[in-house]
Amino acid sequence: MKRVGIICAVALVTLFSVGPFVWIVGASLKTPATITARPPTIVPDFATTFYETAFGEHNILRYALNSAIVAGTTTLITIVLAALAAYPLARLRLRRRGVILGIVLGASMFPQIAIVGGVYRMLSHWGLLNTYPGLILPYTALALPLAIWILTVFFRALPRELEEAAIVDGCGPVATLRRVFIPLAAPGIFTAAILVFIQSWNEFFFALLITTDPSVQTLPVGIAKFPGQYMVPWGELAAAAVVATVPLVIVVLVLQRRITSGLTAGAVKG
Amino acid sequence: MNGNRTLGYSMLAPALIVIGVFILYPIVGAFVTSFFADTPFAPRRFVGLGNFARLTGDDPAIGSVGFTLLFVAVSTTLEILLGLLMALVMHHTWRGRGWIRAAVLIPWAIPTVVTAVMWKFMFNDQYGFFNLLWHGNAIEYYTAWLADPGSARLAIIMADVWKTSSFAALIILAGLQTIPRELYDAARVDGAGAFRRFRAITLPLLRPAIVLALLFRVIDAFRVFDLVYVMTQGAPGNSTSVLQFYGYQKMFPEQQFGYGSAISVVVFLMIAVFGWIAVRMLSTRMHES
Repeated sequence: MKRVGIICAVALVTLFSVGPFVWIVGASLKTPATITARPPTIVPDFATTFYETAFGEHNILRYALNSAIVAGTTTLITIVLAALAAYPLARLRLRRRGVILGIVLGASMFPQIAIVGGVYRMLSHWGLLNTYPGLILPYTALALPLAIWILTVFFRALPRELEEAAIVDGCGPVATLRRVFIPLAAPGIFTAAILVFIQSWNEFFFALLITTDPSVQTLPVGIAKFPGQYMVPWGELAAAAVVATVPLVIVVLVLQRRITSGLTAGAVKG
Repeated sequence: MNGNRTLGYSMLAPALIVIGVFILYPIVGAFVTSFFADTPFAPRRFVGLGNFARLTGDDPAIGSVGFTLLFVAVSTTLEILLGLLMALVMHHTWRGRGWIRAAVLIPWAIPTVVTAVMWKFMFNDQYGFFNLLWHGNAIEYYTAWLADPGSARLAIIMADVWKTSSFAALIILAGLQTIPRELYDAARVDGAGAFRRFRAITLPLLRPAIVLALLFRVIDAFRVFDLVYVMTQGAPGNSTSVLQFYGYQKMFPEQQFGYGSAISVVVFLMIAVFGWIAVRMLSTRMHES
């Protein structure tokens, strides 16, 4: 009896979480005739028409490539800077450590609208609007708080003896970080990298304002501004949405344990 | 050790400089700009609290404050309740735990813009899922959900609840896993039923995790933008406009940097006040225990 209840609950939670995504995947596999059927058909035709036009006419590959370049570079820079910053925060007895962590965490809570005006003017002044660095720089700033927080939590969990041994062997902080902490905290670094990548891949608000030229726009902007001459081209839009999401779904399926540990890092112990 | 400290600060420096230049400096800039009339059409001019005074008489702005607060209150409440339910289900599953966790993470991982497109399509007036669900084959009754203020607001809230409940669930699940099993065993020996155990053990011990999830969710909900931009653009009328969307409209399409900055300062202050209250609640609780 109890078993049946749990199975039903699991089924409901799964249906709720996956259902809407399955519906849009289904829509992307329909044909121009069936996608506008009234009432809507439930089972798709497994046609690839919409993918062909999404890639052919709407140039989805360009947006996907831009997303990959921006999110990938942001992740690399963020992780290097965050590892450098997390080591002293986790291990050295710095004065004002609490204040620094507070500022870093506080920075992640600011509303984007209060930041974007200043960022826009700076980028415009430097001629960085409609460029990759114009997105990568603010994305790095937005991602750093989360990455620093996760890495600080992971570094703090490593045993002190290792570090003492490294110091006895004559390693300074940078060498200790590179030779001892980074290899040992590799799972934590990997986790932080996934979260930063997903956050940057999904970011929309800054991308919308900083990039107006389609050749540098990322997938979220491309999808939000999807051109439709007379009506919304739902099929192609659905196909583009699936293209933007599939890499993330694969990452989630393979790495769900890591992601969960990253999202809840420090949440329990405070 | 002193040399180490200097080195420590220099290791921190690059990250702090990036955060300083691209987050803290622009915030200060927004506060300063909010006291100016700043448009490309006239020289920048100090207006004191003029922008804020204008805000109190600007009906669409007041409307945006109203829907922002409604959105934050309703969506975060639902997200915490649903997150709690999902966490309990995940906690009581042994086989297939990884599988259900992956399923729950999918909405979290999907770009918000894609979420918005999905829900807009499901609420479509001609061939949307909800019309099929509600009216079946009776296509003459098919409803334009997003053209009605009430259902358009509900649609945006539903999309947000779908996307972010799983985040709340994971934080709450992490809290559940720290509750010692012995407590439940002891309560069972004392004859406490399932509901009693939930109320007397689970809920009180889960409180820090729930407050933390709520803090994250509320801060995020105040900044809602993507869903509104893609699903409704604030329509019908101004009924689904939120502060961050209204501020964007003033600042970018209309180029009113001063007035837009004043709106952004209001969003900032709302988040700051709430965040301060929540952090106080969290820390007093930790001192008590």
